[in-house]
Amino acid sequence: MGKIGIIGVGQSAFVRGYPGSVRELAFEGFRDAMQDAGITTKDIGASVVCSAPEYDKQRSPAGVFAEYLGLTPQPTFYVESLCSSSSMGLRLAYSLIAAGLHDMVAVIGFQKMSEITSAESQERMGRGADIQWESPFGTMMPAYYAMYARNHMATYGTTGEDLALIRVKSATYGQINEKAVYRKAVTFEMFSDPESPMSGPVASPLRVGDCCANADGSSCMIVASEEKAKALTDKPIWILGLGAASTAVNLAGRDVFNGLSVGIEAGKQAYEMAGITPKDIDVAEVHDCFTIAEMMAYENLGFAKPGEGKDLIRSKETYKEGSIPVNVDGGLLSKGHPIGATGGSQIRTIVLQLRGEAGDMQVKDPEIGLVHNIGGVGLYGNVTILGR
Amino acid sequence: MAKKEIDARFLKFGTVPFTGTTKVNDFIDYLGQGKVMGTRCKDCGLMFFPPRADCYQCLASNVEWFEVSGTGKLVSYSKLEYAPQGFGDDLPYAIALLDYGDYKVFGRIASSVPEDQIEVGMDMETVVNELPNGQVNYVFQLPS
Repeated sequence: MGKIGIIGVGQSAFVRGYPGSVRELAFEGFRDAMQDAGITTKDIGASVVCSAPEYDKQRSPAGVFAEYLGLTPQPTFYVESLCSSSSMGLRLAYSLIAAGLHDMVAVIGFQKMSEITSAESQERMGRGADIQWESPFGTMMPAYYAMYARNHMATYGTTGEDLALIRVKSATYGQINEKAVYRKAVTFEMFSDPESPMSGPVASPLRVGDCCANADGSSCMIVASEEKAKALTDKPIWILGLGAASTAVNLAGRDVFNGLSVGIEAGKQAYEMAGITPKDIDVAEVHDCFTIAEMMAYENLGFAKPGEGKDLIRSKETYKEGSIPVNVDGGLLSKGHPIGATGGSQIRTIVLQLRGEAGDMQVKDPEIGLVHNIGGVGLYGNVTILGR
Repeated sequence: MAKKEIDARFLKFGTVPFTGTTKVNDFIDYLGQGKVMGTRCKDCGLMFFPPRADCYQCLASNVEWFEVSGTGKLVSYSKLEYAPQGFGDDLPYAIALLDYGDYKVFGRIASSVPEDQIEVGMDMETVVNELPNGQVNYVFQLPS
């Protein structure tokens, strides 16, 4: 089997209240990626559509999108793994190409979180966990991640100030990313200012500023066989490693509480497949749905030893000029987190970085990049390693 | 033909329940007796909390009940200032996880426990708790 590459990436702007339907939203990311790849719909052998279905009114969106995007009569698939859906979609596209069924596949991620009302969203949030045994206690995503934060703090001495530093970094880059939903600056002082919305309590120890922004958005990746990729572009970005993992949905079934086991496992698989170590990574996108999630990712991916993630952010090593730049596009915290579109957007950022096309966010000459994308509260984990 | 009766005892569990029927519905009856119960596979001895009717290791459904007793160590907790729809009247409340060694229990900390006395690693016990809306769950409290 030859290599498999990404020859086109695209995304819509991530916004609040997208003024169009889901198929129109999907078109924006798709068009961006198709123009980037310089191909037509006839070149695409199959499509993979990715989202978290609890936000969708449209049942079975894959067929609807295939028609709207001009991808019929080719087969289309629907993939769901909550917030890591489009990274999982990339894994399916890779498999389809590796199996020889298709030589070019479009992976389209989307989410219109504003498709449902705030009350409906609240109701779904209550069902975002083990609905038999956990949801009846009144659970929600920030509270689960807050429990990881509390354990991390108790185990390693991490502080709320350390978490605030992560938010300040993401906002630094969110301001210069024209696709980001949150483009304002966030200062360290805001977290101790009772007048600032950033300091508002959500689920202790997490505050408003520790939580990512909901958004509507779409993303798209065009994945191709080595032969096709070489014929169509001078700058193919190769998929060097893929990892994917799952764990117990109920926290009672888990063993690790100061990190995410799926991130550790998926990372291990991806490093092994790529034949590299964490030291070889030049730029990374990690799943910072909450500040603590980025802190744990530093450690789970081997950028820092367990408990030393706080030293990375304190010394600014994860800034653009640091030894391991992380989320220099604003991350989920500032760029926004339209669930099904997020993985594709993270991968787009790394593809642009490796091509040297990341503009003001460009890291100096990266050769290998990593994408870490988590679904649910560490229920699913995907790690993708890309190289030039 | 008489309408088939549905055993939906589990609708009694928690402030807002999302599941009605389950093969471990007896859990609710045990709560009524003041007992929080898990299950143990009679074939391999694996202990399950939350209780399961089926053992994935033996691919069998041969389980017996055991009572969650003694104390577990507090793994973590979070106090919520916002709540999902239907839970607003309970605010503020804290969700938490206790580690009993052979199994863990996810639930809430009793509202009677002052927050300044809560610390990761402390011993707590699990007790049945009747909710103001007539529902039932279990909570963690300081050892009696």
